[in-house]
Amino acid sequence: MAEFEPVLLANISNEDSHTLAAYEAAGGYRALKRILADKSPAEVVELVQSSNLRGRGGAGFPTGLKWSFLPKDHPGPIYMCVNADESEPATFNNRILMEEDPHQLIEGTILACYATRASTAYIYLRYEYPHALARLQQAIDECYDKGYLGKNILAHDFSLDIYLHRGAAAYICGEETGLIESLEGKRAWPRIKPPFPAVKGLFQKPTVVNNVETLCCVTHICDRGADWFKSIGVPADPDNPRDAGSYGPKLYCISGHVNRPGCYEAPLGLTVRELIENQGGGVWKGRQCKAAVPGGISMGLLSADELDCPLDFSGPGKYDCLGLGTAAVTVVDETVSIVDFLHNTTRFMAHESCGQCTPCREGTSWALSMLNRIKAGKGRLQDLDLLLEIGDSIGIMPGTTICGLADGAAWPMKNAIRKFRGEFEEYIRRTNPDGCETTEPVEALQIIGVH
Amino acid sequence: MATTDEVTPDAAGSATDEKLLTPEMIEEIRAYFPRYPTRQAVTLPALHVVNAHLRYVPRAAVVEIAELLELVPADVQDTLSFYGFFKQDAPHGQTRAWVCRSISCALRGGEEVLEKLCERTGIVPGGTTADGKLTIEFGECLGACEQAPCMLAGDTLHGDLDDEKVEAFVRSHQGEAST
Ligand SMILES: Cc1cc2nc3c(=O)[nH]c(=O)nc-3n(C[C@H](O)[C@H](O)[C@H](O)COP(=O)(O)O)c2cc1C
Ligand code: SF4
Ligand code: FES
Repeated sequence: MAEFEPVLLANISNEDSHTLAAYEAAGGYRALKRILADKSPAEVVELVQSSNLRGRGGAGFPTGLKWSFLPKDHPGPIYMCVNADESEPATFNNRILMEEDPHQLIEGTILACYATRASTAYIYLRYEYPHALARLQQAIDECYDKGYLGKNILAHDFSLDIYLHRGAAAYICGEETGLIESLEGKRAWPRIKPPFPAVKGLFQKPTVVNNVETLCCVTHICDRGADWFKSIGVPADPDNPRDAGSYGPKLYCISGHVNRPGCYEAPLGLTVRELIENQGGGVWKGRQCKAAVPGGISMGLLSADELDCPLDFSGPGKYDCLGLGTAAVTVVDETVSIVDFLHNTTRFMAHESCGQCTPCREGTSWALSMLNRIKAGKGRLQDLDLLLEIGDSIGIMPGTTICGLADGAAWPMKNAIRKFRGEFEEYIRRTNPDGCETTEPVEALQIIGVH
Repeated sequence: MATTDEVTPDAAGSATDEKLLTPEMIEEIRAYFPRYPTRQAVTLPALHVVNAHLRYVPRAAVVEIAELLELVPADVQDTLSFYGFFKQDAPHGQTRAWVCRSISCALRGGEEVLEKLCERTGIVPGGTTADGKLTIEFGECLGACEQAPCMLAGDTLHGDLDDEKVEAFVRSHQGEAST
């Protein structure tokens, strides 16, 4: 196989990569000019559909197919929401794209809006990215000056405005309908679907929500074509008619206990082990890997003997994880207690649950209370079954909640306890020798929380 | 969360008709109107404008924002209180710092950084130093996990924090204010 040439990160080593001048010098906005001159919106949808691009925001939904769900001949307006809320723990690739190469995202957004006939795009940017905010605003301003945004772009019958919209530090605003509610000025309570945003989304109008990296891929598909895109990554499994393949380049984040934490680009399908050893420079301090998160904490946990898990859309599922998620790997070394790991991830979910569905709101906070108690040496062996019961019963998959945050809370619980049950039991027996066997109710500890 | 009909003595302009929103703030908020088809969509931008100026959004300001957006105060308060981001009782410090406590930072000492910062400044997470210079809070993943453990202070990201960097940060926020 030929050496992989970076695509999405091709320009970031250039100090001025965030400027319009540098972006254009590297071929930027070439695709936009060609597409506007040669292709109809429907042809662009077809092009993206034939590339088999799948969304990079976590769910892996085919992008062109999502666009094709928009009502035909709608009088408008149609809205585009760029999901730049990136808040999944261990994930930071969207930040790098926006800070270092904002025009790549803007070009992809313009192309996507042309294809979907959207006339306004909102970039929903998480509050904690002030540097990305400045870079994007500068890029947008440059585009208005140059005629890439605004009325009659490049003298074509196509007009588009892009606005930045700043979040307020809530993970749930990354869920696409939570994002829409938040943009509308309401509390970010995810909506019950259907209706899907493509039919009734932002301001009750047809809406597309796409992730930052997805739109960056659109730029390159429009520039180099669908066949080129499909020459990268993992082809569809011929024995699995439901596998749509995992094509294209991907940004992988690696963090935690490795020597070189960072964001690296490679074709889809890299294994967790390769990412840790090659890009990540191996586990730090000469230690062993104990466990690794495959794609943000929502996706669950791999044990040390599961590191050959490929990071493509169907890989993590084969190891009982939820999916590829954001392809952000966090490495946990042998010195870490798995009790502490699960406590941390559960605390995050309990803090970020929007509170709308009782199984999610109560399930995550009960799980956290139990883990607080276990951690403090007051655990009962029975608590592990209770935690598993919560894990098995909250989420879209068991059908008890409105959005996938609850599934993301359930998966680390289920994986950690099922894959590391011995360690949990040993911890409980050791720290609570007198009380571990009890099945009588025990009081929760009072933990003071501060926002 | 307190309701708006409770009488709360706000730090600024209590018991007078004095407006909290300055013409400058109103101008900034109005500039958002053409971007959205509804006024309600300007809620978050307006809250950010007021928060950037006052470092909190007192309840009296909620009423003024609602008026500007042609909403009832409860609409704005409902949204505001969802986020846990906007303080209402007292302004945060000149610099507001969020120390990440999520997994990648916790694995590399994030919780210890928060502890050390609190110990050195004598406040608990969520608190503000007596001189009003610094507020320290925990944050969830700041999207900078490759620089773990990290903290966002104002608009500045401080990465790869260790004792020395924490010490230097505390000292620089005890002398002259820097935001
Ligand atoms: C709790 C939760 C949080 C999410 N956070 C994000 C996020 O921060 N960024 C993102 O792009 N997608 C996020 N998603 C996925 C979005 O709902 C949606 O699938 C995605 O933005 C679609 O874009 P794509 O098709 O380009 O991937 C989240 C989903 C859930 C359930
Ligand atoms: S699953 Fe949880 S986060 Fe999602 S809507 Fe329900 S309560 Fe909110
Ligand atoms: S976990 Fe701390 S920045 Fe991501």
